[in-house]
Amino acid sequence: MEHFPMEHFPILSIITFLPLLGVVFILLTKGENADRNARNAALWVTIFTFLASLYLWFNFDKTTAGFQFQENVSWLGDKINYRMGIDGISILFIMLTTFIMPIVILTGWDSVKTRVKEYLIAFLILETLMIGVFSALDIVLFYLFFEGGLIPMFLIIGVWGGKNRVYATYKLFLYTLLGSVLMLLALLYMYFKAGTTDIPTLMQYNFDPSAQIWLFLAFFASFAVKIPMWPVHTWLPDAHVQAPTAGSVILAWILLKMGGYGFLRFSLPMFPVASEELAWLIYTLSVIAIIYTSLVALMQTDMKKMIAYSSVAHMGFVTLGIFTFNTQGIEGAIMVMVAHGFVASALFLCVGVIYDRLHTREIARYGGLTNIMPRYALIFMFFTMASVGLPGTGNFVGEILVLIGLFKANIWAAFLATTGLILSASYMLWMYRKVMFGKLIKPDLKAMLDISRREIIIFTPLVVLTLWMGIYPSAFLDFIHVSVANLITHHQAALALVTDAVAH
Amino acid sequence: MYQIIVFGPLLAALIAGLFGRRIGDRGSQFVTSGALIISAVLSWVVFFRVGLGGEVDHVTLATWINSGTFTFDWAFKVDALTAVMLVVVNTVSCLVHLYSIGYMAHDPDKPRFMAYLSFFTFAMLMLVTADNFIQLFFGWEGVGLSSYLLIGFWYKKPSACAAAIKAFVVNRIGDFGFALGIFAIFMVTGSVNFDTVFAQIPALQGQQIHFLWMNLDLITTISILLFIGAMGKSAQLGLHVWLPDAMEGPTPVSALIHAATMVTAGVFLVARMSPIFEYSPTALGFVTFIGASTAIFAATIATTQNDIKRVIAYSTCSQLGYMFFALGVSAYGGGIFHLFTHAFFKALLFLAAGSVIHAMSDEQDMRKMGGLWKKIPTTFVMMLIGVLALTGFPGFAGYYSKDMIIEAAYASGSSWSGYAYSMGVLAALLTSFYSWRLIFMTFFGRNRSSKAVQDHIHESSNWMIVALYGLAIGAVFAGYFFRNIFVGAGYEAFWGHALFLKDSTHNVLEAAEHVPGWVSISPFIAMVLGFIVAHYAYIWKPGTPARFVVTFRYLYNLFYYKWYFDEIYDFLFVEPAKRLGTFLWKRGDEGIIDRYGPDGAAAAVMNLARRLKTLQSGYVYHYAFAMLIGIAGFVTWFVGGAS
Repeated sequence: MEHFPMEHFPILSIITFLPLLGVVFILLTKGENADRNARNAALWVTIFTFLASLYLWFNFDKTTAGFQFQENVSWLGDKINYRMGIDGISILFIMLTTFIMPIVILTGWDSVKTRVKEYLIAFLILETLMIGVFSALDIVLFYLFFEGGLIPMFLIIGVWGGKNRVYATYKLFLYTLLGSVLMLLALLYMYFKAGTTDIPTLMQYNFDPSAQIWLFLAFFASFAVKIPMWPVHTWLPDAHVQAPTAGSVILAWILLKMGGYGFLRFSLPMFPVASEELAWLIYTLSVIAIIYTSLVALMQTDMKKMIAYSSVAHMGFVTLGIFTFNTQGIEGAIMVMVAHGFVASALFLCVGVIYDRLHTREIARYGGLTNIMPRYALIFMFFTMASVGLPGTGNFVGEILVLIGLFKANIWAAFLATTGLILSASYMLWMYRKVMFGKLIKPDLKAMLDISRREIIIFTPLVVLTLWMGIYPSAFLDFIHVSVANLITHHQAALALVTDAVAH
Repeated sequence: MYQIIVFGPLLAALIAGLFGRRIGDRGSQFVTSGALIISAVLSWVVFFRVGLGGEVDHVTLATWINSGTFTFDWAFKVDALTAVMLVVVNTVSCLVHLYSIGYMAHDPDKPRFMAYLSFFTFAMLMLVTADNFIQLFFGWEGVGLSSYLLIGFWYKKPSACAAAIKAFVVNRIGDFGFALGIFAIFMVTGSVNFDTVFAQIPALQGQQIHFLWMNLDLITTISILLFIGAMGKSAQLGLHVWLPDAMEGPTPVSALIHAATMVTAGVFLVARMSPIFEYSPTALGFVTFIGASTAIFAATIATTQNDIKRVIAYSTCSQLGYMFFALGVSAYGGGIFHLFTHAFFKALLFLAAGSVIHAMSDEQDMRKMGGLWKKIPTTFVMMLIGVLALTGFPGFAGYYSKDMIIEAAYASGSSWSGYAYSMGVLAALLTSFYSWRLIFMTFFGRNRSSKAVQDHIHESSNWMIVALYGLAIGAVFAGYFFRNIFVGAGYEAFWGHALFLKDSTHNVLEAAEHVPGWVSISPFIAMVLGFIVAHYAYIWKPGTPARFVVTFRYLYNLFYYKWYFDEIYDFLFVEPAKRLGTFLWKRGDEGIIDRYGPDGAAAAVMNLARRLKTLQSGYVYHYAFAMLIGIAGFVTWFVGGAS
């Protein structure tokens, strides 16, 4: 494992930094049509990045657990390298990122009218940083991408957000600051202890069990905020409500998943003993999250806020699944992350559709939209049902895997988490009814138009993906089988090592 | 062939649903009804081939989920039980499709309605053909979705929307148990495939499971969890509250989903799981108890309701109770036999009621009907056939299946079977009473509706009449012709391994043939008594019900207000959940977490900044930013430089 030759050409770096090329184009646009040209440039660059990432999808070797498409260049001194590489877990997230970006660019096409160039640049930089997070194999590199990703997000909310955007940005910042400082300290400690910042090497390094607890908690602080877990979740409803639609989409689609990815990449392999010992903490917080936030969602009057709270509940399934330490649980957690990306983003887009027309997210301001927006009603119903976890959608696959894995690990947690089945149906259907059903009496609703061609183009791929994942999830599961199996074997071996050491 | 049966309706639903506006109303009706006719015909072919031919078919379509040992396919398993369900579902669905062409003639949303109906049929077919628990769950949730969509079909009516949500959520409560049951099965057997699981059950006898804080018998726990799912779907006592409200949907929906097919999914589930339930007498006793209690409980309510559809809805609930206690006493053939005959006569009753409602310009209150038999004689005859079948008049379908169940309950001697027998007979009396009450209030006496409504009374269109005829044939003959294979001498040859008996020498259905004479005659006497009471109260001395209401006010109110279940649930669950939600939001998130978390920190920082007065720019997060970047830069340099 010491020597990793550079493969044919640096495909990962190309994909990662391709969006920055778009930034250059946008900076060069001038004159009357600057905004339109900038939009086109952003769209084409993101489409091109997606096409480039398809290379990974088709050339990925699903039979090996090792990191693929590796690049390794010495960077800062001889200890910190610029090292990239992906396994079966990270490739899914990279594909997700490159796939959603064109849709995100399209989302703000008409509705964003101020500082268009800066808006697009923020998203393109964000894309680079996101892809970087999932392909970095050096912990310092990872940290830079991971924390750096928040900067464009702060700007997106802070500049193009709603009325209370400053408060939302600030809240997001405070929470993440806490996490990142602690993670940074942990990184320093690991570096001094293990003498390297190389992730694959660190995965093999056995940290002292008592130190593991502290390291785990430090990383936990950062990941728990990102996912987010109860009780550090309160930034999410505000961030979602204040963010422009495209911001909400990217937040739900990929930013929340960084925490889950972090647990899988760092916490489980590097601190196996602590993971095992603190699993009760994760279970407790996740179960509270599912029930607590579902109940809170039940009472929301703002559509985005309700979906945000439901996101916290769904992410509870992710953390539960990861800490079952078994195949179904972990694969399920990854599936929930992916499916939640499709569905929650689509729901935010659904809210965006009517927000663009009436400029309010108050549930009470709507009612009876089915009368005049039948196509929209169908799509909204589809994603509502997907969010409720109806079989045939990706969410179901993820949730059933998590729960079936969890039942083996801890019946109590599984029992309580399954109540989410009932609660999610209650709040989602209630919202749908208030917005879509009933007579159309409010005069200002009568002029609302059904979804446009551009909006149909945005929704169609999400519908297809959600169904694809629900009906034939093997297409996704096949990528992660070997990596997850490897993760579990490694985790158990590390545990056995410690148990042996104690025994002797 | 199975692909055509199952996916034909799905394809038709997609065509009608997505392109309904392009192919028009006629086109949608043609596509969906056509697909159903094909499926119905093929189902009968399957019935004769698999059912009577004694074959079992397995068809694997594709992998569904493969995660470690949690691996299963999209696949069909077709044995006698499935064949019966295919016939029931497709025949009734096909007739209901035809009926809907007439019934929904004035509705602007015909394509959407037909699409929902066909989609429902698809989901139901997936449910009955499943070869593993998860696919069954797929169908299970799919029919729940269609039920939700169809109850709320007239989405402008607030009551319909509320009923739709209630149906979905209450079913989800049942699913909660069902899901846990599946998890437990996977935990102990490592599989969710029916055949693999069933093969392992005998070895698990006597094992314990530590479930929550209790140590319980493993098989009993699994069975009861699965049964909770069945209770939700089949509207059994406690989880029945959604079914009467579901009558907000169009009447064809009530006939298809809330009488003939979907609500019997729970019965199908327990019968399918007979290789598990048979190993737990406790669970079977529980099934018997719930079934018998529901049978009597729902019947008491049906005697007081005035909405014609609600009477039939409570009757359905009650009849489902019969099916369950038949299963509970191990008379599986009897339960499925009643499911089979009930599908025909109850769908007939609903569709006939729909025809009445249609004739009465959408009036559903029986107090405003009366004397209709002369004006809509065909409908009257159809309703009469339905009632005779339901009450178990000799020769009609219900006579064979219901009496068989009551006798089996007497003969079985398993736990709660005596209770089931007495409740069964008592409920038969009430069934007869409320059925004849319905006939007398609707078709006899003088008409109590307004002049405008009276002038408009007319017989229904041919589409509707054809469907009624089809179901009437079933309601008359389904019992006589099929009793041999379902519960008689042809039992073993027909069912094969589809229905499992732990002690195959002790077939309850056989024992039921040899019960004492007074037992066999008891349901008949109950039926006659019910008729006499109804006749006395509504024809001979029409003032009787009013006097009864005054004398037994509390009892009447208890029945009329459905034993106050809705009110109690509202008080116990709905309101507290809402209050807790608000509390957690306002006090938890905003009052504690935000107040002492970010807001508190903000206040502290602001305070500090104000005191220092050295920083000028406006927003706190700018400073914080600088801090973060500073730290990151410093560390990068530090770590990098240290090497």
